[in-house]
Amino acid sequence: MARLNQKFIGAVAAAVLVAGGAHSADVEVLHWWTSGGEAAALNVLKQDLEDQGIGWNDMPVAGGGGEQAMTVLRARVTAGNAPTAVQMLGFDILDWAAQGALANLNDVAEQEGWDAVVPTALQAFAKHDGKWISAPVNVHSTNWVWANKALLDSHGISAPDSWEEFTAAVEKLAAAGVTPIAFGGQPWQEATAFDAVVMSTGGPSFYKSAFIDLNENALGSETMKEAFDRMAFIRAHVDDNFSGRDWNLATAMVINGEAAFQMMGDWAKGEFLNAGKNPGSDFLCFRFPGTAGQVTFNADQFAMFDQGGTVSAEQAALASAILSPSFQSAFNVVKGSVPARTDVSDADFDACGKQGMKDLAAAASSGNLFGSMAHGHAAPAAVKNAVYDVVTAHFNGEYDSETAVEELVSAISIAQ
Amino acid sequence: MAAATQDMVVRTGAVTRTLIYVVLLLFALFYLLPLVVMLVNSVKPLAEITGGNMIAFPDVWTLEPWRKAWSEAQVGVQATGLKPYFWNSIKMVVPAVTISTILGALNGYVLTKWRFRGDTVLFGLMLFACFIPFQIVLIPMARVLGIFGLAGTTWGLVVVHVVYGIGFTTLYYRNYYAAFPSELVRAAQIDGASFFQIFWRILLPSSGPITVVSIIWQFTNIWNDFLFGASFADFSSQPMTVALNNLVQSSTGVKEYNVHFAGAILAALPTLLVYIVAGRYFVRGLMAGSVKG
Amino acid sequence: MTITAKLTMRDRLQVWLPKLVLSPSLALTLVFVYGFILFTAYLSFTDSRILPSYGWVGWENYVKLFSLRHWEVAVTNMAVFAVLYMAICTAIGLMLAILLDQKIRGEGILRPIYLYPMALSFIVSGTAWKWMLDPGIGLENTMHALGWVNFQFDWIKNRDFAIYTVVLAAVWQTSGFVMAMFLAGLRGIDNDILKAAQIDGASNWNLYRRICIPLLRPAFLSAFVILAHLAIKTYDLVIALTGGGPGRATELPATFMYSYTFTRNQMGIGAASATIMLMTIAAIMIPYLYSELRERR
Repeated sequence: MARLNQKFIGAVAAAVLVAGGAHSADVEVLHWWTSGGEAAALNVLKQDLEDQGIGWNDMPVAGGGGEQAMTVLRARVTAGNAPTAVQMLGFDILDWAAQGALANLNDVAEQEGWDAVVPTALQAFAKHDGKWISAPVNVHSTNWVWANKALLDSHGISAPDSWEEFTAAVEKLAAAGVTPIAFGGQPWQEATAFDAVVMSTGGPSFYKSAFIDLNENALGSETMKEAFDRMAFIRAHVDDNFSGRDWNLATAMVINGEAAFQMMGDWAKGEFLNAGKNPGSDFLCFRFPGTAGQVTFNADQFAMFDQGGTVSAEQAALASAILSPSFQSAFNVVKGSVPARTDVSDADFDACGKQGMKDLAAAASSGNLFGSMAHGHAAPAAVKNAVYDVVTAHFNGEYDSETAVEELVSAISIAQ
Repeated sequence: MAAATQDMVVRTGAVTRTLIYVVLLLFALFYLLPLVVMLVNSVKPLAEITGGNMIAFPDVWTLEPWRKAWSEAQVGVQATGLKPYFWNSIKMVVPAVTISTILGALNGYVLTKWRFRGDTVLFGLMLFACFIPFQIVLIPMARVLGIFGLAGTTWGLVVVHVVYGIGFTTLYYRNYYAAFPSELVRAAQIDGASFFQIFWRILLPSSGPITVVSIIWQFTNIWNDFLFGASFADFSSQPMTVALNNLVQSSTGVKEYNVHFAGAILAALPTLLVYIVAGRYFVRGLMAGSVKG
Repeated sequence: MTITAKLTMRDRLQVWLPKLVLSPSLALTLVFVYGFILFTAYLSFTDSRILPSYGWVGWENYVKLFSLRHWEVAVTNMAVFAVLYMAICTAIGLMLAILLDQKIRGEGILRPIYLYPMALSFIVSGTAWKWMLDPGIGLENTMHALGWVNFQFDWIKNRDFAIYTVVLAAVWQTSGFVMAMFLAGLRGIDNDILKAAQIDGASNWNLYRRICIPLLRPAFLSAFVILAHLAIKTYDLVIALTGGGPGRATELPATFMYSYTFTRNQMGIGAASATIMLMTIAAIMIPYLYSELRERR
């Protein structure tokens, strides 16, 4: 924690006392981290601020991976009553920055050297017009596969490295009467798998051209059709009952040995740990076959809302607390994600966590770190949802891969 | 208004009666099933739910989920349970129900006993307002609340619920008062009773049944509202439904289904109680209101 | 109302008082309902995305709206859902009311059981419904465990049938309430009329068909208004039960509108869909309300 900040806060606190009431030295934080582990992790931040004499007014609104909170935010900003800090993802941050609603955190960032420790791919979502506007909390990577080790061992299967190995393993399991893939049929989960499949099918440059540059040739290409065909393969190897299933119930299938693999982000780890399973011996985590060198990510951040021109002292304190190595470590150990800065010690993390940090650092330095389309870090919300529409319709058998490619091109052009 | 104990006019045979009972009981089963599922799972340990049949009765009975949901479940940064939000809901529901009911009663009174040119059109306008989908009013309403400094306050929520509730309360009272003999009102007028005196002394004393209907309807709708509660409250005024939603909808964490169900029943208890306690008056109130339109 | 000729101060007040009493409600309705509807209609012609903005784009949003397969699905679903939901609720409500009216022992227990679903929001009962309808853990699984192996109930997982599970849960919630309205109506019918008809030799069936049901007309009006408004506003039920899936098979206009306005940051298209929705409601409700209200004069 920077010392100057403390002084700064002291001065402001005094000014506030003169103005009558310590109330304005509170931060109101809108977020959707309401489950036990997440909220407990956030409590670390709250304590940190309270030690500095800053009160924390909690405004949790859960639902739809933050969708509900974004609606509430819209109402709050329209009413002229924006919260101090808001948990946000990817393009939402940039959209709000474009509206001129966010505060400029450059002073704090400069002082604490954020530019040097936060990966560039992540900075793209934390900076707008050269100004830091939000404080990244973590990096989730979404191209993981989780597997039940005992089940794989009993069928003589090791973690597959390529799509071909994966299909062989899946078919072997299916032939043995085991459900190969645990799957939750909700649009965002289907799209999460699609991210990894596209990355694996076309490689990183194709992923970038299709999902980040939204190049129509890439979107309408044979490679994209091949990706949809691979989704159809996955669809053919899930159980009959996948539709609408919550992701954590799919994870439970892997935990209980009812299914072998699940494609899901790193937050699935918490379910395994909570069930008393150990990474490496009870369950395996590995990158989606064919994406070992790449990381697709989504990052939670706290965007700071403009409070009348300047960054308030509480906001500065909050931002610097969020990016402090101690909080980054404490929070991410619990959450299953990895720190948003690459210089945090991995001592407290488990095997999967250490692996994740190593992968992130490697991907960041080799230019293999890409925003996840499914989680709003590749393209704006309208495009993301257009992709959802097509992927979910195709996955649920509404049309074949050929039509899906055509629909993808047209849906994305309408959304832009 | 006929009494509930009406003479049996329609006669039925023994076979038919048995059949009637069977049908009625089957429907009772249908209506009860979801509640049973919730109750059964709210007294089960979590491992039994995720590891086994979700509809079976528990092997081990426990009240722990209930205690947890009420006082220590994580609904935000602090593990407060639903308890503090309960009070927020009460503070919002009581004034909102009271005000919208009073306005509805007065409107119904004017629209039936002090009719003027175009009153039906005005009633039609208010009735049509019941059909507005709430999602479209969020943004403009937020702006208006902001202008009046009501954003993020309990009173702001009260205003919103009153505005979108008067259509219904007016409908109920108008239909009810339409059946009330106008001669009594006219007689009182000739005796020189004023507008409010007539309302107070003549209509209000016999408005019990429809008031029950109006209160039940408004109480249930406002208590169960999530969209407005989430959008127009701030950290200090979030109602119970928002807290329940936070409990149930956590995105990337472990889902404690047993606590969720216990919390859901807790959040629904006030409305359930209202329906069960006032249910018999409810039918009576509807009876008076809906028949002689 | 006749007004006496002497217009003293007090009398004049008495003349204006009724209108004065009505005016706050009316003003609130005009601003917060009709004002907002106009605002939404205006937004549908603008380039609004994350927040309202006022760049005029003409009919562009409507053109986009009608080229979306997603919207087509939502509108079709609305038609199927509204018709089935309203018809089934009315039928079940009427049937239960007639049966309950046969001097049933235990009516005091049955009635609250039929009514209570109305007291619960789908935030509360949604998960329970989702579980029961899920073939893997719910009803189908239970029937299999009880030995009825061929029992099949997987509608919620089936693109073509999922919308009917939404109807089922919606009927569960409101049919008891409709029952209460009809029961109230039946209880209010004058016994003498029924007795006279019976002496004339009318059968039970005819008694209800010819006399009771026509006399229930006001109850039908209330039921229609309440069911129609619930059908149009159906939103949280879909979110809780299917999230609009499988695929987009259970999207309704309300979920479509919410999604475009708030989660997709395409407020213009969202407003366009809201405007279409409101116009459809008006086209159905205005003639109906007109005929009903005019007759009752």
